[in-house]
Amino acid sequence: MLKPDLLAGRVALVTGASRGIGAAIAKGLVAAGATVWLSARTLGSLDAAVESLNGLGAGEARALYFDVADPAAIKQAFGTIQKADRRLDVLVNNAGILKAAMIEMASVEMMDETYGVNLRSVLVASQYAGRLMARNGGGSIINLTSIMGAQGFAGQAVYAASKAGVIGATKSLAKEFAGRQIRVNAIAPGAIDTALIEGLSDEKRQETVSSIGMGRLGTPEDVAGLSVFLASDYARYITGQVIGVDGGMVV
Amino acid sequence: MAEDLHEIVARALMLDREAITDDLKYNSIPEWDSVAHMALIAELEASYDVMLDTDDIVAMSSVGTIREILKKYDVEA
Repeated sequence: MLKPDLLAGRVALVTGASRGIGAAIAKGLVAAGATVWLSARTLGSLDAAVESLNGLGAGEARALYFDVADPAAIKQAFGTIQKADRRLDVLVNNAGILKAAMIEMASVEMMDETYGVNLRSVLVASQYAGRLMARNGGGSIINLTSIMGAQGFAGQAVYAASKAGVIGATKSLAKEFAGRQIRVNAIAPGAIDTALIEGLSDEKRQETVSSIGMGRLGTPEDVAGLSVFLASDYARYITGQVIGVDGGMVV
Repeated sequence: MAEDLHEIVARALMLDREAITDDLKYNSIPEWDSVAHMALIAELEASYDVMLDTDDIVAMSSVGTIREILKKYDVEA
């Protein structure tokens, strides 16, 4: 499906890459020839993925452990990339947490944690990415939002608010960075079969599937395909867009 | 010897080198607005191989203060 040299010579960072959508995106970028820094919080959690990606015979994978909720750690991570590669072409802000709670039961701590991981990290990482990308004539920032960010969902006000914030950040940064040839887009996955929705009961799962036009849950690979496209020159004139990957849930 | 600061500022702001002094202030001329400031920051980071803190970027309000702040990064500009 992909040309192995589509992203050859490009350097990318994918946050939250130890599993699910982030892992699939990292794989897609490596398969297209990029050098990809995978990031995660838990030391060792990327080792298996990095080893298997380096066996693809395409691009290169490297592990970078840091917590996106910690702005100082984000800065340090970009410093590492700058020293090693002296460039960054693609940033995928994927790391996120989802804690369901009816609004009356959502703690202030949970709100701050969700905001810190899902939204502030996008803004802070973009500060450094923008400067690093501008040096080499541009780049592509890809933010993971959610169908919930634009549509809302009962029991998900906090998560949805953080993801709606990502949409606002995406559109603003697209405008701010356009002159520097840095494109900023967002991907809005629908119901994707990952650990985040594993907790659903069979009944709820069935109900979810029946609301999807294409009759199945999405896969992380369904999302990865769009990420590779947005990272590539095929998308060179596309910026400020929020693109759904939801099998027809929202049309 | 690091590249001359005035040279870098001139290049980033697209001005003649002769127009740059340590007294030149941010937002005092149309050529040095917030958009140009970002171009200048990128130029400084690339030329001196540093990664500036957000607080320092905000504090760089003149060519002279840029020179002072860069010392924190072990740059003698």
